[in-house]
Amino acid sequence: MNRAVAEMSEASSTSLDARAGKILTRSRKNLSTTRLREAVIYIGLIACGLFSLLITVSIVGVLFGETLQFFRFDEVTLANFLGSAEWTPLLGATKSFGIWGLISGTLLVTGIAMAFALPLGLITAIYLSEYAPRKTRDILKPILEVLAGIPTVVYGFFALMTITPFLQWVHDGFNVYNAMSAGLAVGILCFPTVCSLAEDALQSVPNSLRDGALGLGGTRFDATLKVILPAALSGIISAFLLAVARAIGETMIVALAAGSRPQATLDPRDEIQTMTGFMVQMAGGDVSNFGTEYFSMYAVAFTLFLITLTLTMLGNLVRRRFRETYE
Amino acid sequence: MSVNHNNATETDSPVPRSPKDLQSQLRGSEKRISLDHIFRKACVAIAAVSVVILLFLLGSIITQGVPSLSITLLTGTPEPDAEQAGAWPAIAGTIWVCSICALITLPIGIGTAVLLEEFKPRNRWTTKVFSVIQVNISNLAGVPSVVYGILGLTAFVSMFGLFDGPEQRQNHLEIGATYYDQFTNLASDPFMSMGIEDAKERYFLAPVASASLPPTVPKAGMTAFEYQGDELIEVDVIIVGPEDFPSDDPEELSLSIDASAIPGRISEKAWYYFSLPFGRGVLAGALTLMLVILPVIIISSQEALRAVPSSLRDGARGLGATSWQVVWNITLPAAAPGILTGSILAMSRAIGETAPILIIAGIVYIRNAPQHLMDSYTVLPLQIYNWTSRPQEEFHSIAAAGIVVLLLILLTFNAAAVVLRQRMQNKTR
Repeated sequence: MNRAVAEMSEASSTSLDARAGKILTRSRKNLSTTRLREAVIYIGLIACGLFSLLITVSIVGVLFGETLQFFRFDEVTLANFLGSAEWTPLLGATKSFGIWGLISGTLLVTGIAMAFALPLGLITAIYLSEYAPRKTRDILKPILEVLAGIPTVVYGFFALMTITPFLQWVHDGFNVYNAMSAGLAVGILCFPTVCSLAEDALQSVPNSLRDGALGLGGTRFDATLKVILPAALSGIISAFLLAVARAIGETMIVALAAGSRPQATLDPRDEIQTMTGFMVQMAGGDVSNFGTEYFSMYAVAFTLFLITLTLTMLGNLVRRRFRETYE
Repeated sequence: MSVNHNNATETDSPVPRSPKDLQSQLRGSEKRISLDHIFRKACVAIAAVSVVILLFLLGSIITQGVPSLSITLLTGTPEPDAEQAGAWPAIAGTIWVCSICALITLPIGIGTAVLLEEFKPRNRWTTKVFSVIQVNISNLAGVPSVVYGILGLTAFVSMFGLFDGPEQRQNHLEIGATYYDQFTNLASDPFMSMGIEDAKERYFLAPVASASLPPTVPKAGMTAFEYQGDELIEVDVIIVGPEDFPSDDPEELSLSIDASAIPGRISEKAWYYFSLPFGRGVLAGALTLMLVILPVIIISSQEALRAVPSSLRDGARGLGATSWQVVWNITLPAAAPGILTGSILAMSRAIGETAPILIIAGIVYIRNAPQHLMDSYTVLPLQIYNWTSRPQEEFHSIAAAGIVVLLLILLTFNAAAVVLRQRMQNKTR
């Protein structure tokens, strides 16, 4: 090609050769700078990716380290922590750090929330996925998205200002702060999560299975109960586990509506305290930065982290491992 | 698949021989059909519950909140009197924290998504690292936000205690702060200025080199400044010893300082003020929120990148583009609307996030919008929490009004995301 150009104008052939040479070297230079840039960018992106690992490592490191610090205090023993249900870190002389006092509150709220959110979420998901006409879907989906996007502090306000008075109107025994009200609000919060995850699971069941069941004379209900639900089971269980993890970690609702008296009770009318509620109480009040009660916050956070991490990992694992694949 | 098999045997089974059999089978299917009808109705009823809940939720908040909506709420400071309370410092705090959070999080989040989606692992080692990162991100998404708050408290607010001196909490590294010791003159002292009415009350500032120096002792010839208007003007002060009796000249009295006066230390911080550790400042809040929404942004960006058809990538690669050139010129522009939608939704989550901010900032009374990255702050959801947890009824309606403002902000964000999504769908069609 160089020659062709040279033939066209012989006079400038030498200068053209020079120019071609220049272009060639320039592109070689470009190539090496490109390679360099590529490597730098790749390293930068790897750094971004490793950053998320760093977050996990530092969560575990910080929580574990400060929890060790907590157990180094004389007034704290592991036996008391794991074996007692009496959580009274602020009581001066008679301090007791029994984590079950907080875990029981958490479980009570989570239980109420799940009793509300799981059946409702699953049935709404079935409706959306199997029954609902397009128009209803188009209305219902955005409503669920709005519900999912409302900040938790708003649900907390709703629980304290609307649900609690309603419960008190129904039954006199309800405390101003009670587990029921917080549990219901957490349930409302988790409901869209359950619903959208379960719907994803149902939707991923191939249509051929659905059509097969219907073609054999089954009703929609038969098809759902006997074919689609079993096929989507892993996804649904994973949705449940993730919702439970979310409910356990929920903070603002319980901080506002559940109260601040840790006790192991099954009575939903009573005031309780959850693990997250305790952390908020610690952060909101002015506790000295070096006392046992301050470090107890880390021990509680570590427990909470372990529980939710186990549930999340289990949820992700179930979804990945036990997914039925259809070719 | 075994399920299918079951179904098959069920319908294969006995061909009705007698009218009795036929009848019972018909009755069986009637039962099934009516069951289906009942279930469908139950479904509709339960699905309607979500609509009812939403209406009830919004209704109760609007009826409580709208009557207390006012301009004062948007521009005022959180006064102890509910009538005049406003949320301007909280709104400004939200704007500061969330914009800084977005600036930090978006590059890291999108970078991670690009790495995982566009750069195929080159050897066995990177394959392993990539899958660990991927699993780690989905696990991080399930960590409760309070836990991130606790991490932020240790990692950003106190920086693992690395800067703790022998005394509690000292700022060891500071840029942009000027310290002054403030003296009042004798004219402000009712005993000294007795009878001399026209002596002016004045405050003098003596510059101090560092925050940890001992208090300045007033001496003759000391450099001192005074605020006149908005500017610091150097003034000469007269130091009066314990034996000296202050002059009764008002001019002289207003310039004189008792030699044994104990100053108060004040500081002036420039807009670029920076300190290590970060303390309970805006930057620590933004970084903590980053931890919360980073997994959300990574996951949604990954989905957006995955939705770009691979034919585009293959075309560009065929023309000799490098991996990054493909990403920068082809994939990112094609995925931009999706990434943007995901990021907007993640930001609206950051705006509503309360728990981690509550952990790291605590409940503090803030009267001003933040002035620099280390300034103390509060955010709108936290202000709402504060108002809601007070016993007085009036604060509850202010809290409801605050919620209406918060929901309006979130609604704007979500509407933007929806519009963007729709526009994107139209384009690809």
